[in-house]
Amino acid sequence: MKLFDFPFFPETASTTAGSVDALFFFALAVSALFSLLIAAFIFIFFVKYRRQHAGDVGHAIHGSLVLEIVWSVIPLAISLVLFGWGAKVFLEVSTPPKDAREYYVTGKQWMWKIQHPEGNREINELHVPIGVAIKMIMTSEDVIHSFYIPAFRIKQDVLPGRYTSVWFEATKLGTFHLFCAEYCGVEHSQMIGKVVVMAPEDYQIWLAGGVAKSPVAAGEELFSQYACNTCHLDSREGRGPWLGGIAGTPVALVGGGKAVRDDNYLRESIMLPNNKIVDGYQPLMPTFQGQISEEGVLQLISYIKSLDGAGAAERARTDSR
Amino acid sequence: MAADHRSQGIAILYLLSVTVFFSIGGLYATLIRLELLTPKGDLFQPDTYNRLFTMHGVMMIFFFLIPAVPAVIGNFILPLMLGAKDVAFPKLNLASWYLYMIGATFTLYSLVHGGVDTGWTFYTPLSTTHSNTYTTATALGIFVNGFSGIFTGVNFIVTIHRMRAPGLTWFRLPLFVWASYATSLIQVLATPVLAITLVLLFLERTFGIGFFNPAVGGDPILFQHLFWFYSHPAVYIMILPSLGVISEIIAAFTRKPIFGYKFVAFSSIAIAVFGFLVWGHHMFVSGESPYAAMVFSALTMLVAVPSAVKVFNWMATLYRGSIEYSTPMFYALGFIGLFVIGGLTGLMLGTLGIDIHVHDTYFVVAHFHYIMVGGALMAYLWALHFWWPKITGRLYSGFWSHLSALLVFVGFNLTFFPQFILGYLGMPRRYHAYPPEFQVLHVLSTAGASVLALGYIVPLIYFLWSLKYGAYAGRNPWGAVGLEWETTSPPPVHNFEVMPTVDHEAYEHRVPPVAEQEPYRVVKYGL
Repeated sequence: MKLFDFPFFPETASTTAGSVDALFFFALAVSALFSLLIAAFIFIFFVKYRRQHAGDVGHAIHGSLVLEIVWSVIPLAISLVLFGWGAKVFLEVSTPPKDAREYYVTGKQWMWKIQHPEGNREINELHVPIGVAIKMIMTSEDVIHSFYIPAFRIKQDVLPGRYTSVWFEATKLGTFHLFCAEYCGVEHSQMIGKVVVMAPEDYQIWLAGGVAKSPVAAGEELFSQYACNTCHLDSREGRGPWLGGIAGTPVALVGGGKAVRDDNYLRESIMLPNNKIVDGYQPLMPTFQGQISEEGVLQLISYIKSLDGAGAAERARTDSR
Repeated sequence: MAADHRSQGIAILYLLSVTVFFSIGGLYATLIRLELLTPKGDLFQPDTYNRLFTMHGVMMIFFFLIPAVPAVIGNFILPLMLGAKDVAFPKLNLASWYLYMIGATFTLYSLVHGGVDTGWTFYTPLSTTHSNTYTTATALGIFVNGFSGIFTGVNFIVTIHRMRAPGLTWFRLPLFVWASYATSLIQVLATPVLAITLVLLFLERTFGIGFFNPAVGGDPILFQHLFWFYSHPAVYIMILPSLGVISEIIAAFTRKPIFGYKFVAFSSIAIAVFGFLVWGHHMFVSGESPYAAMVFSALTMLVAVPSAVKVFNWMATLYRGSIEYSTPMFYALGFIGLFVIGGLTGLMLGTLGIDIHVHDTYFVVAHFHYIMVGGALMAYLWALHFWWPKITGRLYSGFWSHLSALLVFVGFNLTFFPQFILGYLGMPRRYHAYPPEFQVLHVLSTAGASVLALGYIVPLIYFLWSLKYGAYAGRNPWGAVGLEWETTSPPPVHNFEVMPTVDHEAYEHRVPPVAEQEPYRVVKYGL
């Protein structure tokens, strides 16, 4: 937003941006009120009680318990309201809708590599349809970066060795800034890009101009290329557990613990497989660290998430009827 | 003087050294603001710019802000306020200064060879595996400097406990002493964590052990927890002594006790304690769990309350005071305004929903400069203005000091207020090139910085001038109450000819004081 061509306030272009701004305006109003009150009192006292004669002293008033309580409790109450409202907005911004479409982001010095679920890949640009909830699943190939779209009021650090995620639903057509917001070395200020929000039809047209292979298909190729399918059998009699329908479900581990099989768990199982062994299985899986790229791991995971729980043996039984 | 272990001499040694390091840090700030005049990165290579902002942060935080008020003002004035002839461990005090200089030497060595480019926050894995600059030398400099702070902290704590004059009970102490006590507690408890963190950083960088390397099972976020566990309390080390100074100035220039003395005293302790509990508010979007984030946000709200209590008590002190329009008083009031803005924006940053948007943007930069420059640095300068007559025995020009006050206040706000707007617009930190629509705000900010710089150079001139040509100050030019004003200006070798005894409350004006000398020609200008 510009005021006489003076940049004043960013665009508000996502479903959650408005909540963030409302909270900010509340905090701003409270701050302005208190600042003005304090300034007014100081100014009035300063003028009214100016020293009249060289030897004057002030009127010693030692304190007032009532005042101390009042001006401790009121700021505390206001700040707790700020906390509560802030936590509510935070949870809203951090909780993606269940049906959000998953896009994959790899940050590396000094570019953003983005993969659409449909298979299209972009560097430093992100084309999205308007009005669709989109979740970015992100990792870094080297140092910590941070994925920041000011117009959507979202930001999330992107870490090596881990997945973090952020979500948004765009509400305005147009082009918006994408910045890296965690200092990451020499070209940190150049690790920027554009987010292009398009009408759904235009998005489809744009997609069609891109590469056809979806992450799921690419992941399926990798699954057989790296021989994952030789141990993770859907007959459930393989050396490794069957991976269908497991996303987000808990599993018991050797040694008595439990784990939730989310994206980070899946990545860890590929990179450091001996960290968590599923109960009933042996520590036989080799590590694929250094052999599969981060993008490859993301593709494998999207393939695994697409596998359904019913195994081939089950299908064989139903087919033969 | 460098072998003399009297705290007076050590204070002067620190005064000279912090001024040098402040100038180096200030030079870097100037270069940064010059680069940011234009959207393209055209003044420096990106690599150079990264070193500029890193060294600006390192110099200013570790070699200026942390020692300034405690080591310069504290060393000179604290023993005077207690009626003591020196601190408890004078030789340890001198060792503090030597450690500070050794630490500075390592850092300057690194600087001369090109400096460090990791940011003063040294986040891993950038600083451990990806940076090829003199990280170890700088970390070593900061490590050694940390011990300087720990020794000063220990010294002050013991001095305050054991060396108070007869009759000077805890609740008769000047509030600057309470603030120094709280600061010293933090120095002693928090700085070792910094030391450990730097050792781990060194081990990882040199031997590749992998505490912070995810490829071998380490965690880069662990570094952030360790780093901020020290660095958040560190910001209270930087501001608490300044809050103590403001209490002293307000009491002196209203000629009455600070309203709510016990509450102000305990608020310093409360800030020190709560300050240890909130480090995770630097990490809301780092990957810490949402539950941890909520706990840290709630605790951050608590820290705001003791600060608010101080501000309200200062305001209440003005009521029915006898207010003198001296330079230190103007500054104290300017300080309150800037501290309030800095503090309220801190509350905004502690609010989860807002922080997601403004974290790592210029909003944060503006916030901490309001507190560090608008708060801590200003209070240090006004402490110098308030106690300069005591330390040197000379008075300085009223006209020039009021003018520099105006320059600093206007320059400061012009430099940093546009940065709040820049931050909400989305301008990230540590960028040397930026989208063109941000330029007008950056130009305003750089213009303000030039005015601010002038505001810092002018005092240098009149302070130096006053050493030779300033009027003699006499014992108590301000007509204030406190043991430091009962001895000569400058004080004799052991601070007092005769050990004073105390039989009155803090800031109690019992006899209408007569200023020994008209402080300066303020009256002629009607100021």
